[in-house]
This record gives sequence, C-alpha cells and structure tokens, in this order.
Amino acid sequence: MIDVNIYRYNPETDKFPYTQTYSIKKPEKDIMLLELLNILKEQDSSISYRRSCREGVCGSDGMNINGKNGLACITPISQAIKKNKIELRPLPGLPVIRDLVVDMTEFYAQYDKIKPFLQNETEPPAQERLQTPEDRDKLDGLYECILCACCSTSCPSFWWNPDKFVGPAALLQAYRFIADSRDTKTAERLEGLSDPFSVYRCHGIMNCVNVCPKDLNPNHAIGEIKSMLLSNKKKENIIVSDGAS
Amino acid sequence: MENYNSSNIKTLEFDALIIGGGGSGMRTSLELAKSGLKTAVVSKVFPTRSHTVSAQGGITCAIASADPNDDWRWHMYDTVKGSDYIGDQDAIEYMCSEGPKAVFELEHMGLPFSRFDNGRIYQRPFGGQSKDFGKGGQAARTCAAADRTGHALLHTLYQNNIKEGSNFLNEWFAVDLVLNQSKEVTGVIAFSIESGEVAYLKSQATVMATGGAGRIYSSTTNALINTGDGLGMALRAGFPAQDMEMWQFHPTGIYGAGSLVTEGCRGEGGYLVNAEGERFMERYAPNAKDLAGRDVVARSMVLEILEGRGCGENKDHVFLKLDHLGADVLNAKLPGICELSRTFAGVDPIYNPIPVVPTCHYMMGGTPTNIHGQAYKQSNGADEIISGLFSVGEAACVSVHGANRLGGNSLLDLVVFGRAAGIHIQEALKTGGGVADAGGDDIDQALDGLNRINSSTEGFEVAEVKRELQSVMQNYFGVFRRGDFMEKGVSALNEIREKISNLHLKDKSMAFNTSRVEALELQNLFEVAEATAIASFQRTESRGAHARDDYKERDDKNWLCHSLYDPIQKTLSKRDVNFEPAQVETFEPKVRTY
Repeated sequence: MIDVNIYRYNPETDKFPYTQTYSIKKPEKDIMLLELLNILKEQDSSISYRRSCREGVCGSDGMNINGKNGLACITPISQAIKKNKIELRPLPGLPVIRDLVVDMTEFYAQYDKIKPFLQNETEPPAQERLQTPEDRDKLDGLYECILCACCSTSCPSFWWNPDKFVGPAALLQAYRFIADSRDTKTAERLEGLSDPFSVYRCHGIMNCVNVCPKDLNPNHAIGEIKSMLLSNKKKENIIVSDGAS
Repeated sequence: MENYNSSNIKTLEFDALIIGGGGSGMRTSLELAKSGLKTAVVSKVFPTRSHTVSAQGGITCAIASADPNDDWRWHMYDTVKGSDYIGDQDAIEYMCSEGPKAVFELEHMGLPFSRFDNGRIYQRPFGGQSKDFGKGGQAARTCAAADRTGHALLHTLYQNNIKEGSNFLNEWFAVDLVLNQSKEVTGVIAFSIESGEVAYLKSQATVMATGGAGRIYSSTTNALINTGDGLGMALRAGFPAQDMEMWQFHPTGIYGAGSLVTEGCRGEGGYLVNAEGERFMERYAPNAKDLAGRDVVARSMVLEILEGRGCGENKDHVFLKLDHLGADVLNAKLPGICELSRTFAGVDPIYNPIPVVPTCHYMMGGTPTNIHGQAYKQSNGADEIISGLFSVGEAACVSVHGANRLGGNSLLDLVVFGRAAGIHIQEALKTGGGVADAGGDDIDQALDGLNRINSSTEGFEVAEVKRELQSVMQNYFGVFRRGDFMEKGVSALNEIREKISNLHLKDKSMAFNTSRVEALELQNLFEVAEATAIASFQRTESRGAHARDDYKERDDKNWLCHSLYDPIQKTLSKRDVNFEPAQVETFEPKVRTY
C-alpha cells in the first residue's frame, strides 16, 4: 500500500485547505502519476486537477510533487514514491482555485507583457523569410517551452513579486524573440526589461533549471539578457562621455 | 441544484463565436480579430493545451523548398489518391493551392521552422507523397519544426492572437447549441469551469473548432480532451455527420501508452520490422515501402501480428527501427521522439527499436462543410446550408481527407480552412448575413442536457460507462471490421445509450468541477461513437481506413460517395463527392497501390 497525500481545497465548502490521504494498493506497473490520479478520481470524483495531452507537451498538469514542481503525466510513480508516500500539492505561489488547480492569471500576464510574438516591420517577402540553420539553432532550447509554470512557481523572486518580476518562463520567451534573427525589436525588448524588477530580481538560484520538465535553461537565457542589457549600458556610457568631452 | 432557464442565466453577445482554441479555432479567430467584429474563442482548456500541440512531423505543402520544381497539383494528386477518391476535389484543390500562402504566413508570424542550408524551410518526406502525379518517385513535402511542428504552430498562433488582441473565454465549456424556431444556430450554452457560472453565448456565427474524438477508442494517440464536443452538440441538435466510418489508425503509436511516434521517423529513414527482423513493408508496398498510406501500413502491421510475426512476449506489436540513423540525426531531427520513447517505452531509439502498434489517431469524418466552413444538412437529398453554424479542422468534413488522411495534411487543413472561414464570416456579417434571435423556450431547451446531469441523484458511473464504450469501439470497430461483429457492437451501443442518459454526477459543486465536464464529454463521445458504428456497419465495402473482412474490395459502383449519418433517424444516406476542381482536370478513380 502507498499513501497519496493530496492538498484539498474547495472554496464552496472549505474554510481552509487540508491534506487528504488516499491509501491505495501500489500498482504493479510503474504507471505515471497522472494515471494514479485518474485512478483516485474514480474513487473520489471530487478531486480536481488539470490534464490534457498526458505526454508532457501541453503543460496542463504541473504540480508540486514531494516538494518539487513537475508534470504528473511524465513522472513515473517509482520516482515519486518516497517512503511509501507521495505528496501532491498545487504549484506554489499562485492562488489556489481548487485542489491542485491554481489561478495562472499572473503567470500569463507576465507572458503577455514580454510581447511574445515576432516583430519585424519590414514588408514580408512573397515566400518565407530566410534564416540560416545556424541562426535557427539559436532558438533551440527556447521555443520548446510549454508554459506549464513549473519554473516560475518554483522561483522565490516570482513568489514575492509576481506582478513585477517577469519570471523565468516569460523571460525565456523574451530571449526566444531576442535571439530570433527575424525579429527586429531587440532594442525595444531590452528596454522593456531594463527596470530593477523585470529581469534583475533573478538571483540565479537555478530552481527554474532544476524543475523544468523539458530540460530547458531559463537561467542561461536570463544571463544572456542581463549581459545584453549591461553591454547596452556600457555603450550608452561611452556615448555620453564622448559627448561630454 | 436549481434548474437553469433563460431568465436566470446571463447572455453574452458576440458577432462570431469560435468553440475550440486549437489550430483551426485560433487561425479563424486571428482572421476575425483583425476585422473589428466582436469575437470570442471559447476553449475548455487554455489554448496552448489543445491537441494541436501534439502534432509532430509537420505540415505538408508544396512550397518548393526541398524541390524547387514541386507543384501543388502533385500534392493534390497525392491527397486525392490518399483519400481513396472520396475526398472532395474542389476542397483539396483549394487546400493545396492556397497552402503555400498559409504556410508562409505562419513563417512570417514567427513559427520556428527548421531550415535547409540555403535558409529556406526544411521539408521531409512523408507517406503517400510523390512527384509528377505518382510517376516521379518519393517527394519531400512536409515542412517541419524538428518533430514539434504542432507545438510550434499552436504557440505561434496563440502568440499572434495576443498580438491582435483576440478575446478568449478560457476554461469555458460549451454544452449545447441553441437553435431558434427556424433551426438556425444562434449560439451555445456554456459555463465557466472555474466558477461554474452558466451563460447563453449568443452569436451570429458559431464556429465549431472542437477537434477530434479519438477517445471513443481505448487506445488512441489523442489527448484526454479529444471528446468530439462540437460534433456531439451538432448531432444532438439533429445535424448530420459525414464519413464517420473513416477513422485513421496511425501505424506508430507507442505500444501500451498510445503516444504518437511521428511518420517523420520513417520519413527520415526509419523502418518497421517484425519479430524475424524483416522489413515487412517491402512485401506489402514494394515501391513506397514504409511510406505507403497510413491505412496500408497499419493494416500490414496488424496482418504481421495476426500471422504470428509480432514482437515481444505476446507477439502483439512490431518494432520501429531508428538506431541506424545515428545519434546526430535523431537528436537534430527527432528530439521529441527520443524523449517520448525514453519516457513511455523505456527505450532509447539511438540504441534500440521502439515497440509500436496501430493506434486510433484521426477522425476523417465530421460535420459536412463547404470550403468556407459553412455547415450542411440535407433535405430531400439536396444540400442546404445550416444558418449560423460553421465547422473547421478535425471536427469538420470539408472533405479533404476522404477515406484516409495523408500525414501532414491535418495541420494544413487547420490553417487553410480556419483562415477561409474567418474571411467568409467577416464578409457575410458585413453584408448583413446573420440569424434571428432564439426565444426563451429555445434557450430552455438547450439547457435541458445540463439541467438533467446536474439534477441526477443516482445512475451510472461516468468512468465505468466510458470504459465500456471505449472497449466496444476498440473491439468491434478497429483496423479490420466485419459485419457480424459490428452488428454486435451496434447493439452493445444501444444498451450503453440507456446508461448515457442516466449518468450520475455525484459532485454538484461549482468551482472547477472536472467531473461535470467529464460527464458531458462522455455524452459527446457517445454521439460520435454511435455515428461511427452505424456508418461503419452500413458501408458495405473496403475503402481507405474502412477495411472489412466481409467486403474486401472497394466498390465504386455503390460507394464512390460520402456517407451521411442522420442522428434523428439513425440512418445512413449517400452524398455526392465533388469531382469538379476549378483549375485542373478531374483526377479519376484508379486502383490505389503504393
């Protein structure tokens, strides 16, 4: 038998959240955590969680598994069971709607803020814009983000300032467009991130990298943005001092 | 629970309403966002969680990148042949000739396509592709972003919808269509999953972009959310469905898990082997081999297994061999597959073959439409447009896929016809097209299904009935079909119908109640399953994906036509296939070999 401890909260009936323990026979096969949740939901239909693709590409079922964020559908129970127990909680730092379902409004608002779309004011050609394979390679490790929010909700800076710190997920996407040879708004994009909060609240503690279910590296992208901001700053200083002399 | 009626729910009014936030819905909304019309996308999941995200291999289109001489007419020929000649040639012509424009638009929007050395979009070979009308050998026509093309496409469309300021009702579930007294569609009843609030979403144009319903089978590549909601709503409203017997079984679903392994694996040079290590497709399709049509490959695999040459302890699957391609190619071109295979098959394709089995993948049938997305019904054997109702993407049957879809054609279908529907709706509404209001009684009637499930105090368990339904479909309506088995299947479904009408919703709460959603989804699955069963039983021939042991041959004399399922009478009639393309000669039916 294993104990699955699930964070429960229904705003209509519960004043406070609580943990409910479901004791269940350990499945013989090493199934994924999402399948285990589906089995539990057959016993108790009131458990609420999001799910869609069940193969790790849609980003619906991010949750906190034994204290670490991950996707239920690609986490085998063999990895999740610790001392015959599994602890499932909603992603931290966002308001809970019910059980394992969080309100992602602030997370999406940060994504919208970085203008997550290609900007190129030149008239597009009749065919595709050309891009060398080397330039296209620069997008690898960036465009694959599935917006599951595992990274941003594992980041203390995002917990403290979800309205002002863009967070690792949206910063990864900001860099995805900065790095795209077809995008012409790099200067404006950097300018939009140059305040003390948007990027600089990242202190490089790497939680984002440790939890990303797609093995992406927001920390690296943030580092790139910071050095671009820094070299812009230096250039400005040089221009200013030239002007002064 | 209190019953809902037209006076205790609110009405939200729109010019155009799109149900579904996948590729086709978001391409439609993108077109409408620029028009100034008041539009909303109603999606039961946040849009990037839609199933388009799982598409892997690419979008097939004659952009003449891999081959500068490529021609959309060759793509059209392949698609007509792939459809086993019941794809509508006017629609296929439109898709193949408009395709390049739609693909270049996606690139301009930022879709991160893989590239050739000359900077153009990378294209890979896919099944059923040829040059020069089948005479010039294998073509490479599928535009790809590694093996994550669907993800790249869906995110790009969402991003551009943000750019254009589209309006989304995310995590809203549409329950039923609202019809006025003239049986025009005036919108839907829907509720916010988050708050439980119910509303009448009133609209001049309602577009069903609700995708497929692969979850009618127990083994499918489809997401858990693919429950045919739009088609279910249309069928309950009495509107017909076309070619519902045509379900594609993808040759390479991961054995056990069902997750898709792209045809692009075989496009890049992978191939299937049986227990004896034999590359068996050479026997079934001497020319195209592993890149024959999906129906052909899936059937060949099942025959290998039935004849005892399956792999594994139970000899119930075959292997997809990729290791000979080398780590560099696999990591660059098929990184997602490597990841999925490690996670769900416990196999690293760089070293070992992936266990695969044909798995339900795509619904070729759907709501019949014209190329503008306008839905059709028939009265007295003649087509009649259903005012107010549109359908695009997998939910629709326009029909470009006929009896068998070619790989890479679904993503093209989404963007070409999503765009076309958006353009048409703008023009129609600006020139005064629209529908008359529905009355209070009409709205009450549309609320009936929701009220019924909400007031259930006893009845059948959703999960149990779903399992039963899926196993009937899997056992009786799979890759190979037989009249006597299907007859049993149809009568088993009759019994399940009783249970579907008497489901028990235990949890009546409002906030994020996913059991309510699952109960309503099951009712939609059932409508789709019943249409599938009756159409399959009655089409007495083998064509494309519909392969019958008791009618092994294609029967052009009787069945070179669409089937049209009437959900009220539960009968099947025939509808003409279009053989009149505007710019090219008709492609006449031929024996289909690869």
